[in-house]
Amino acid sequence: MPENVLEVKHLSVSFDTYAGRVQAVRDISFDLRKGETLALVGESGCGKSVTCRSVMGLLAKNAKVDGGEILFENKDLLRQSNRVLRSIRGGKIAMIFQDPMTSLDPTMKIGKQIAETVRLHKPVTRAAAKQRALELLALVGIEEPEKRYHQYPHEFSGGQRQRIVIAIALAADPQILIADEPTTALDVTMQAQILDLIKDIQKKTGASVIFITHDLGVVANVADRVAVMYAGRIIEIGLADEVFYDPRHPYTWGLLASMPTLATDSETLYAIPGTPPTLINPAPGDAFAPRNPWALEADRLVEPPLFPVTETHFAATWLLDERAPKIEPPENIALRARAFREKQSERSAAL
Amino acid sequence: MRLFYMALTLFIIASVTFFLMNALPGTPYNNQDRLTAAQLEMLNKKYGFDQPLFQRYINYLKNLLHGDFGISLQFSDQPVATLLAQRMGPSIQLGLQAVLFGTLVGVFLGVIAAMHQNRFLDVFCSLFAITGRSVPNFVVAVLLQYIFAVTLNWLPIGLWNDGFRSTILPTLALSISPMAESCRFIRTEMVEVLSSDYIELARAKGMGEIRIAFSHGLRNALIPLITVLGPMTVSLMTGSLVVENIFAVPGIGEQFTKSILSNDYYTIMAVTILFSALLVTVIFLTDILYQIIDPRVRVEGAK
Amino acid sequence: MMAYQEEIKRAASAVPDSAFVAYQPSQQEAEPELPRALSFLEDSWRKLRKNKAAVVTMILLLIITCLAFLAPALSPFDPNEQHLSWKNLPPKWPGVSIDGLNGTTLFRGRRVDSYELAKVPEGQYFLFGTDEFGRDLLSRCLWGTRISLIIAFIAALLDLSIGIAYGLFSGMKGGRTDTIMQRILEILSGIPSLVLVVLMLLIFEPGITSIILAMTISSWIPMARVVRAETLKIKQMEYVQAAKALGASNLKIALSHILPNISGIVIVRAMFSIPSAIFFETFLSFLGVGMRIPNASIGTLLNGGYKVFKLYPYQMFIPAVILCVIMLSFNLFADGLRDVFDPKMKEG
Repeated sequence: MPENVLEVKHLSVSFDTYAGRVQAVRDISFDLRKGETLALVGESGCGKSVTCRSVMGLLAKNAKVDGGEILFENKDLLRQSNRVLRSIRGGKIAMIFQDPMTSLDPTMKIGKQIAETVRLHKPVTRAAAKQRALELLALVGIEEPEKRYHQYPHEFSGGQRQRIVIAIALAADPQILIADEPTTALDVTMQAQILDLIKDIQKKTGASVIFITHDLGVVANVADRVAVMYAGRIIEIGLADEVFYDPRHPYTWGLLASMPTLATDSETLYAIPGTPPTLINPAPGDAFAPRNPWALEADRLVEPPLFPVTETHFAATWLLDERAPKIEPPENIALRARAFREKQSERSAAL
Repeated sequence: MRLFYMALTLFIIASVTFFLMNALPGTPYNNQDRLTAAQLEMLNKKYGFDQPLFQRYINYLKNLLHGDFGISLQFSDQPVATLLAQRMGPSIQLGLQAVLFGTLVGVFLGVIAAMHQNRFLDVFCSLFAITGRSVPNFVVAVLLQYIFAVTLNWLPIGLWNDGFRSTILPTLALSISPMAESCRFIRTEMVEVLSSDYIELARAKGMGEIRIAFSHGLRNALIPLITVLGPMTVSLMTGSLVVENIFAVPGIGEQFTKSILSNDYYTIMAVTILFSALLVTVIFLTDILYQIIDPRVRVEGAK
Repeated sequence: MMAYQEEIKRAASAVPDSAFVAYQPSQQEAEPELPRALSFLEDSWRKLRKNKAAVVTMILLLIITCLAFLAPALSPFDPNEQHLSWKNLPPKWPGVSIDGLNGTTLFRGRRVDSYELAKVPEGQYFLFGTDEFGRDLLSRCLWGTRISLIIAFIAALLDLSIGIAYGLFSGMKGGRTDTIMQRILEILSGIPSLVLVVLMLLIFEPGITSIILAMTISSWIPMARVVRAETLKIKQMEYVQAAKALGASNLKIALSHILPNISGIVIVRAMFSIPSAIFFETFLSFLGVGMRIPNASIGTLLNGGYKVFKLYPYQMFIPAVILCVIMLSFNLFADGLRDVFDPKMKEG
């Protein structure tokens, strides 16, 4: 197993709002391995962005880290000075933002915005920084970099701008790339291109990627491992195949069922009933229980721990307890699981 | 098109002032009680007041086109144009100094306030800005004069005879309103800019807060500042009327107040037109500058 | 890994075996009761109360307004009554012996009791001193504030009515009418208003009415612009479209749908136009073209004080302080109101 580049342990983050203290992230732990892509999946407000912002040290002013640690290069990022964090931010851990239309400074030439980042983290001359910026532009697939270096953001299309944002993120050869819904604001054809670009770059640079998204379709394309978040917790985490084909948490079932596929022949898309809970004074037990048709009494009483399914696959639901009644997952999920097991046995037979 | 409206505005202003001035009660001669009917007639003939109103109006407009504002009735029959040209220098110098100084300080305070949003420095800067807006500049002028000239005797009380030293107090007094205006404006803009995505990206690049504020933040907040140039010019012109008076600066504003009190028709009209022309030009330039500078505006304009 | 297993065991042991049955939503979970929706005014008042500066200045303004309007009852003297022998007396407060408030003046390096010199009877105090004609400054300040406030209130009211009428009409009519009316505004706004006001004052007889009229000539323009912009915006709203579809007349739409919805912005603007009217009045009087002496307004008091301020600074500074307090209060209060009614509005 490759070494971990980032370890998040028992992280809890809350926000002060007028309505009260919102517990946006509640005791989550995960590792990021060298060279892998970990997808954080969940609906809006589930805490996936907050988690990444904690890693970047870019939490809003009203946010408070209530506990836990984030280990990177043997340092706890939650307990570093601003100076140290600044050198890591953009240097060793970089971020790609959601909306390329607004994440570039409209009044600065894009070349300068890239070169500026290079110079922030590397002691190079202006000329060298420019050279590097031109290389980056070429790397992310901007044609005629020499000419486009001197243009302003509004002269680029959305997809091109996202390429530039990626170039900025790559400026200092980061070890970790955090992509916060990088394709949400783009149209479908653009999405595929940007995903390919990120995959391509990862191959070339060997960086680890945390990919935040609410779109499982995107995940299937890029992720090595998937962590599903709900109401500030990780409720299922595992290899992409495991989560996709053998999901164990009813919420993941719901998510997969609501994803349109070519295979599904039903006319209507499944929607999980109800709405996510508010995270001000969350009720005890599994936060998903009120929306969960398979909920047990136990789910209402005690927060379920992450039960191991395999060595790499965990899910937080009491359904995995040995005392729990056997429950059949919905039909389409069961179909997926069967197909998956067949595929695996084929594979092992072939070996 | 814009140029046409500028010209139209000026034409209307010139006409309105002309007829207003002719509706003024009394005559412009300061010793009219002692004048005989014959003398009055002679004077009227000399200044062309014997002609019918409409004829004078046409003449006036014609002369205006040639840059001739008529002759001053009070100041030894000098042409108004010459009179004002002499007085242009000090007013322009004061105005520019006040705008430069006021905007620089105001922008700086505004940035500080935005960076410390809702904390002590913000409250302090905002209070300063609102005080600057509330206290009329003639009160500030008198106060400055009292403290630094009368009591402490550090700087000249007034007059325009001590080089740069005599410009300090009037400049300060005039700069209060551009200072307050730009401070408030920049603060609002900066607060908005600092919460935008590209500032977040700059943070994610590992840039320090101060550098973010001054390189990415200010850059974007400064552009809309151009829009307050117009109001700023107005308040400077207004201010110059009293401030030049208080510090006895031989400028346009002082001339204007003097002319008001002595019914000096042509000078009043000339200053009015001059001020209007300045204002109209500033508004026009503001529009054009805004379109040139901001790439976003250029795009929106093209759509 | 072992610790992890332990953790699961510990959590599992907390759950009784009996809990591993499907959950039955037996009793309806109590829906949290939503707080009663606040009316627009209640909500505004609640927000305003949170802004300390606005509350303080509102109280201050109420006090000042009361004092000013009770001036006839409160003034110890007739504001125009002259006592030439008591001229230029510094402020004197009963029981206060701080220089500047005890009736003494610095004269050739010595403090002399001006009241004694002027043979003012014992027990006669002028809290703000007297001016060059021996008039009581306290009375003059009260009456002056009254006049300045009256001018400001009426001017603001006029701005409001003209601005709303013009803006609403222009916005509702739209099309060519709107374009022409906007062009007129554009031309008018190129006129430096102060110069125009001065010209107007040269022609009218100086006095309250002429000052108000002269000021109103240019000051309604920004109000008209705001009202028009808002009208255009609200006109597009669906409920207005719906009213139109139901056959409501333009006038009815303007009065019952648009006016109520722009009231917040209009109130805020009107609040800002009061201090600017006060400024104009003092400015004009200070220049000598506003209110004519002997009538007191803050401007004429400042003007009179300025003439002698090197010798008797209090005569200028007392009205100056009053002016600043009033201006500051109005501006702070208006800022507070703006945050309540229209948080997004920048300076228009």
